[in-house]
Amino acid sequence: MELFVPIMVGVMVAAAVYLMLARNVLRFLFGLILISNAANLTIFASGGLTPEAPPLIAYGEAAPPEGVANALPQALVLTAIVIGFGLFAFALVLVYRGYQNLGTLDSDEMRLAEPLEDGKEAAK
Amino acid sequence: MSPALLLPLPLVLPFIIAVFAFLFRKGPEGRWISVIGSAISLIAGVALLIHVLQNGPVATQMGNWAAPFGITLVADTLSAVMVVITGITGLAVAIYAVSEIQPEQEELGYHALFQTLLAGVTGAFLTGDLFNLYVWFEVMLIASFGLLVLGGTKVQMDAGIKYVTLNLISTILFLSGIGLLYGTTGTLNMADLHYTVQDADPGLLTVIATMFLVGFGVKAAVFPLFFWLPAAYHTPSFAVSAVFAGLLTKVGVYAMMRMFTLVFTQDVAFTHTLLLWIAVATMVTGVLGAAAQTDFRRILSFHIVSQIGYMVLGLALAFQSAFALMGAIFYLVHHIIVKANLFLVAGVANRIAGGNELSKIGGLYKGAPLLGFLFLIPAFSLAGFPPLSGFWAKYVLVKASLDIELWWVAFFALAVGLMTIYSMTKIWGSAFWKPHPDGTLPALSDMPGDDRRALIVPIAGLAVLTIIIGLFPEEFIEVATRAADELLDPTAYLTAVLGDPPTTGSPEVPTE
Repeated sequence: MELFVPIMVGVMVAAAVYLMLARNVLRFLFGLILISNAANLTIFASGGLTPEAPPLIAYGEAAPPEGVANALPQALVLTAIVIGFGLFAFALVLVYRGYQNLGTLDSDEMRLAEPLEDGKEAAK
Repeated sequence: MSPALLLPLPLVLPFIIAVFAFLFRKGPEGRWISVIGSAISLIAGVALLIHVLQNGPVATQMGNWAAPFGITLVADTLSAVMVVITGITGLAVAIYAVSEIQPEQEELGYHALFQTLLAGVTGAFLTGDLFNLYVWFEVMLIASFGLLVLGGTKVQMDAGIKYVTLNLISTILFLSGIGLLYGTTGTLNMADLHYTVQDADPGLLTVIATMFLVGFGVKAAVFPLFFWLPAAYHTPSFAVSAVFAGLLTKVGVYAMMRMFTLVFTQDVAFTHTLLLWIAVATMVTGVLGAAAQTDFRRILSFHIVSQIGYMVLGLALAFQSAFALMGAIFYLVHHIIVKANLFLVAGVANRIAGGNELSKIGGLYKGAPLLGFLFLIPAFSLAGFPPLSGFWAKYVLVKASLDIELWWVAFFALAVGLMTIYSMTKIWGSAFWKPHPDGTLPALSDMPGDDRRALIVPIAGLAVLTIIIGLFPEEFIEVATRAADELLDPTAYLTAVLGDPPTTGSPEVPTE
């Protein structure tokens, strides 16, 4: 497990970077989901993978018994997933509105905010 | 008041105001709630600063979970100063927005988003926990996304896509860095990290430090990660771009200052030399980019990048000269005031002259001499003319680099200042001096009296602040020196958060 997770993170990041290098903004967004989940897995794995017991504290106790999973990274990952989901939902709507307004998903053609100087053509 | 109340107050207030501003968004009450609320937040910030100046760094634990396990709020001099300056910018922009923001945008929740943005910025300055910093970054980001695309014009959509995507990548890098740092040290409390990193593998730490550097670097818009900034800052309404220009990138700089003085000090020869190169490259590319632009706000946007370089320069030299770090903090405060002010001036110019493209406007000096005067103050201050605040900020940084015999750094710092004057005179020459191409004469009296007051009062207020800092710099230098000393010797900060420092090794960390 300890070795498997980092390899998986590596594969996800590689795939994400490949997707994000595309001109199509939608592909970029898919890459973004992948890389944000790779980050979540990194946090998860960095807490140490304990396959033993859930971190439950018995009633009346102040600390869990020995040998339970570390609960903190799980809490962090949960927070990060929620935030990431919210941001992704926003980005998706933004790109959709952008597509409606600008009529393109090609980032090279999005030159409204930074118009090219007169007499120059967009690089194809 | 006790720290348990003083610390969360500047943070909670904007959220409460945001709720009320949202409830009253359909009438004129919303904007006044935003103005009055911003004034109250500023008072809360000032109360915190006074407390910190009298008693040294203060900390409080949220939910009574003792550090390093709970979330800590902590304010040393730097944090408190940043909270106050956020309050000042927030108030100025809230007043400005009364006139500029249209009822349609208000109905979509402009004021609520604006206050949430201020809450996120304040939270980032006050937190003492790394993951909590990430959460505040996100609060700030999502509010800024909303503000940036509010209005929904094509240009805004275009800018929004670039801004959102690039900022999300930086956030993910930051988050991965947090994960790795937690895996290495077992804690995310910044004060606790100061101790635990001493036992960690220095090579791995440098890798993590570089990840943080890139993550914060995108936020701070340093070379070569700044492309999102000039692509986006000239598209939203002027109130929005003023608060972005003043505050957002500075949060990145603040986070760098905090992490690279408190935690990542294991390999200063590598990280801070890298910072030095980044700083100089940022200064130079920013100012050259500005020289090529012909739009009022795009010139100013590139100048943000250029000025960020000076602040990073101060941080890069921090461990060679405390004077340089002091200069960076002074620069931070000066820059927020001046840059927000210039964007506000650009807004008035747009309103009365009918545009921001320099070739299409003009005649502002003849028609609106008051505006011309109010532009010259922050513009000269930005370029570093005595006796304005920018002169002292640049003077300290240049002197610090001369003191440690980095002649080439001092040369670039001065040359970039000269180029800044070039850009400012370009704006002055086209927008103010030459006659308006349409033959009209734009004047402030073209606007109704209420609008005029709401637009000019914040500009004049910020300009007066610049002059005060310029004429009486000792007090401000003193506070900045204190902030720098606290960063370089964080004993008081650590004691405030963790209690008495442990005698050996790291304090107890949770068992895995």
